[in-house]
Amino acid sequence: MTWLEKNIKKKSYIWDIVAFIIVMGLVTLLAWGSRLMSVPYTFGEQIPLSLDPVHLPLYALRTVLRMVSALIISFAFTFIYATIAAKSRRAESILVPFLDILQSVPILGFLSITVTGFIAMFPGNLLGVEMASIFAIFTSQAWNMAFSFYQSLKTVPKELQEASDLFGLSSWQKFWKLEAPFATPNLIWNTMMSVSGGWFFVVASEAITVGKTSVTLPGIGSYVAQAIQSKNLPAIGYALLTMLIVILVYDQLLFRPLVAWAEKFKFELTESQDSAESWILTLFQRAHLLRSLTRKMGKQWTVFIERLPKLPRHTLKFKESSSLVMRLQGVTWYGILISGMAFGAWMLISFITSGVNHSEIFGVFMLGLITFARVFVLLILASVIWVPIGVIIGLNPRLANRVQPLAQFLAAFPANLFFPIAVFILLRYHLSPEIWTAPLMILGTQWYILFNVIAGASAIPTDLREAAQNFGLSGWRLWKHLLLPGIVPPLLTGLITASGGTWNASIVAEVVSWGSTTITATGLGSYIAHWTDKGDYPHIVLGVAVMSLYVVIFNRFFWRRLYTISQTRFRLD
Amino acid sequence: MNILHPENELLNLKNISKSFKKSGGEEHLVLEGVSLTIREGEIVALLGRSGSGKSTLLRIISGLARPGKGDVLYCGKPVTGPVKGLAMVFQTFALFPWFTVLENVELGLDAMGVPQEDKRRRALAAIDLIGLDGFESAYPKELSGGMRQRVGFARALVVEPTLLLMDEAFSALDVLTAETLRTDLIELWLERRIPTKGILLVSHNIEEAVLLADRIVILGTNPGTILAEIRIPMEYPRDREAPAFRQLVDEVYGLMTQRPRNAADKAEAVPLSYRLPSVHIYQMAGLMEALAGEPYNGKADLPELADQMGFSVEQLFPLLEALEILLFARTEGGDIELTPSGKSFVDADILQRKVIFAEHVIRHVALAAHIRRVIDERPSNRAPEDRFLRELEDFFSEDEAKRVLQVAIEWGRYAEHFAYEEGAGILSLENPASLTAQ
Repeated sequence: MTWLEKNIKKKSYIWDIVAFIIVMGLVTLLAWGSRLMSVPYTFGEQIPLSLDPVHLPLYALRTVLRMVSALIISFAFTFIYATIAAKSRRAESILVPFLDILQSVPILGFLSITVTGFIAMFPGNLLGVEMASIFAIFTSQAWNMAFSFYQSLKTVPKELQEASDLFGLSSWQKFWKLEAPFATPNLIWNTMMSVSGGWFFVVASEAITVGKTSVTLPGIGSYVAQAIQSKNLPAIGYALLTMLIVILVYDQLLFRPLVAWAEKFKFELTESQDSAESWILTLFQRAHLLRSLTRKMGKQWTVFIERLPKLPRHTLKFKESSSLVMRLQGVTWYGILISGMAFGAWMLISFITSGVNHSEIFGVFMLGLITFARVFVLLILASVIWVPIGVIIGLNPRLANRVQPLAQFLAAFPANLFFPIAVFILLRYHLSPEIWTAPLMILGTQWYILFNVIAGASAIPTDLREAAQNFGLSGWRLWKHLLLPGIVPPLLTGLITASGGTWNASIVAEVVSWGSTTITATGLGSYIAHWTDKGDYPHIVLGVAVMSLYVVIFNRFFWRRLYTISQTRFRLD
Repeated sequence: MNILHPENELLNLKNISKSFKKSGGEEHLVLEGVSLTIREGEIVALLGRSGSGKSTLLRIISGLARPGKGDVLYCGKPVTGPVKGLAMVFQTFALFPWFTVLENVELGLDAMGVPQEDKRRRALAAIDLIGLDGFESAYPKELSGGMRQRVGFARALVVEPTLLLMDEAFSALDVLTAETLRTDLIELWLERRIPTKGILLVSHNIEEAVLLADRIVILGTNPGTILAEIRIPMEYPRDREAPAFRQLVDEVYGLMTQRPRNAADKAEAVPLSYRLPSVHIYQMAGLMEALAGEPYNGKADLPELADQMGFSVEQLFPLLEALEILLFARTEGGDIELTPSGKSFVDADILQRKVIFAEHVIRHVALAAHIRRVIDERPSNRAPEDRFLRELEDFFSEDEAKRVLQVAIEWGRYAEHFAYEEGAGILSLENPASLTAQ
C-alpha cells in the first residue's frame, strides 16, 4: 500500500465519522421536532410565543419541519399524478389542464379556504392547523413539480423505450430504470425552485386569522407576526438572520447534494464542462463505511425483490379492443366529465351568490384590474432595472459566478419578512399606500428576472459577441442588435415565474400592518385578505376565482404567445 | 458449439403491409406485401433508402409494432408483442446513461428475473466476449462511440438471442471503428461462440451488406416492397478489393438506383405526392461540379464516386434522386451521367444558375409549381404554409409533409419563385427588400 492510498483510507474513516454524526443529528432533530407537532390544542387557545431570540432556533426547526413534510407529500403527489397523466391518454386530457388551472389559483387563497376544514379534521389537536399550513406549502410546490415530471415522462427518448420493451422490462421496472431516472434532473431543479417559493408561504401561513379563528403556529413567520404586533424592530432583525441561516443550511445540506447527484441522470452522452459540485455529497461518497453499508443495503434490497413472486415475462400485447367498447368508454368518460363540470359551475355560482350581491361581482373584477395594472407595471419596472444590470453581470463570467448564487438565494428568501421594515418606512414618511405597497409585491420575485437574465447573458455565444465587435457594434446598437434579442427567452422565463409570484404576493402585500396601524391598498389582493380576516367564505371564493381567472387569461393570451414567439425567433442554438 | 439446422425457419414474414393514419383519416401505405424468410445459420441484410420502411419492418419483426396486414411468425409462432429470444442493437446505441456498462448489460437479464449471482456471471462473460473487460464500472458517457456500441452488442448477446436484429448498428461509427466491430462480430459468429442462430441487419451501406450477409434483400420506396434478393455465395472473410466483390457491389448499386417508373426519361414533373429528397441546392451544385470535372468528365461509376467523395449511401442517394428529378443528371446501371442542362448549370455564373434552376424547379416539381400558382391566384399574393401542409397530409404523415414542404420551399426560395416568412409561416411574392423595410 502506497503512502497515498494509506492516507486516503485513513481519511475515509474520518469522513465516516463526520457523515454519521451529521445524519444522526438530523434524524434526532427531526424526531424531536415532529413530536411537538401533535400536541393537544384547544380551539382558540393562544400558543405562547416569546420574542426572546433564544427560542428562535426551535421556531426555525418547526418551520423547517413543515417544509420537509410538504416536500415529501409533494413528491408523492408528483409521482402518482404525473404518472397517471402521462400513461393514460384519457386521464391526460383532463389532468393536465387541471394542473394548469391549479397553478394559477393563488396559494394563500387555498389557505384561507381550507384552514377551518383541517382544524375540524383533528379536533383538540394542533395537528389540524399544522396540516393547513403544510397544505398551503404543498400547493405552492406540487403543481410545478408534477408538471415537470409529466413533461419528462412524455419526452423519454424513443429508442430507450424500445430497448426496454424489447428486453421485456415490466412497467414497474421500466418506471424505476428508465422513466424516473430520466425525469430526475428536471424534477430536482423544479423542486429547488418550488421550495424557494415555499419559504414565502410557510412564513405567511404560520399566523392565520380566519373569522374568529386566529391561529399561531410556532415558527419564524409567527415570530415576525408577533414582533409586528409589539413593534419590536430588533426581533425582526433576529428573525431575518435566522431565516438566512436556515435557507443556507437547507441549500447546502439538501439541494446542493441533490443537484450534484442528479448530474448522473442527465441524458447526455458527453461529459459537461461545468458540473455541479457539493461538498456534502463528496463527503458522503468518500465515507468508506457508509458507502459499503449503503451498497450492502442495496444488495439486500435486490435479494428481497427477487424473493417476491415473479411476474410472468412482460408480454406487451397489441391492444385489441373493439371500436364499440371504446366508443362506449368514451361516451361514459365524457358524460362524467360534463356532469362534473356542470356540478362544479353550479356549486361555484350558487355558493358565491348565497353571500354576495350580483352588483358586487363587477366591482371585484374592477379590483382585479387594479391589481393587474400593479403587477404589469411592476414587471416592466423590474425589467427596466434588472435587465441592464443582469446583462452586464452576465457578460462578465467571474462576476456572474459570484452574483448568481446570491440572486438565487434572494429569490428563496421570504420577502414578507421584510414587509414590517417597509411599513415602518411608509409610516415614517407618510407615503401613499396605493403606490408604495406595490413594490412589496415584487420584492421577492424580482430576483427571478435577475438570475434568468444573468444566465441568458452569459449564454450569448462568444462568436456572436466577437462578430459584433468585428463590425464595430457598440453602445445602443450592440444592445439593440445582440444583447437584448439574445436574452429574450430567459427573460421571459423569469418574467413568467415572477408574474405568478407577484399575483400571489398581492394578498399579503396589499394589506400590511405595524403594531395596531394597518395600511391597505385598493386591489383584489386586499379584497381577499379583508374577507379572509372576516371569515366570509362566499367573498373569499369569489375573490380567489376572479384572481385565478385573471392569471389564467394573462398566461394564455399573453405569456404563452410571447413565449412561443421567443422560442422560434430568439433561440440561440 | 451449437449445431445449426438450415431447414428450420427462424422468422417468417407473410405478405406484410403497414400503413399510417394521416390527419384526414386516410391511410398512407409504408410497406406492401413484404414476404421474407430467415433460416437458421443465415445473415440477411435488408437494404433500402430512407423512407423505404425498413425501420418499420424491423419494428414489426421485433414485435414493437403491429403489421397492418399479414403475419409474422417467429420460430413458427405468431408474434403479438416483444418476443423472448429476439434482441436488437440500435443505431443510437440506446444505452441508459445513468447505468454503468455492467448494469446496462444486465438490463435484459433483469427483465427475465435471472438470480443476482447468475446475472452477474453472465453479464461479465458477455462483457468479456465483446472485449470490454476493464470497463465494467464505466458510464457510457466515458466511452467512445465504438465502445458504446460494444456495450450495445453485449447487452443484446447476454440474453442469448436466437435472432439478432441490427438497426443500422454501425452507421453512427467512424469507418475504422465500424470495420473492427464488424470483423469481431463475424468472428464470433463464424466460430460459433455466440448461441445466436440468425442475424438480420438493416443497413443503407451497400459494402457493409455485401461484406456480412449471405443474402441481401432490397426494399424499394413508396411503398416499401421487396425489389430484389441477391445471394452472396462468398467465403468469409471477404476481400473488398476482389473483382467478384466489386461486381456484386456494382450490381446492388444498379438495383437500388433503378426507378420504378422512368421519370428520368420523360420531361414530366414529379407529382405532389412525391417525397422530395432533403437536399440543399449547394450540395447538388457541388456534386454536379465534381461530375463535370476531372476525372469523370460528366460520367461516373457510383461506388467509385461515393468512395472518392467520402459519401455514404444515405448521403449520396437523395442527391442522385434530386438531380434526376430536376433532370440535371441520369443514373443507369450503377452509373451517373450529367444531362446537357446539368452541364450548362455547371458552366453558368451565380445569377444564371438561379435562372436555370428556377426553370427546372417549376417544370419538374409539381409542388413548387402548385405553390406558385396558388400565390399568383390570390389577390393578396400571400398564402399560409398550413394550406399546403394540409394538402400534403393527404399523402404523407404530418412530419413527412412538413419535411417535403420545407424542401419545396427551400428550392422555390432559391429560385426566387416565392418568398417565405418562417415565423409567420407565410408564403408570398414579396421580395425580401420590402420585408426588412417593415
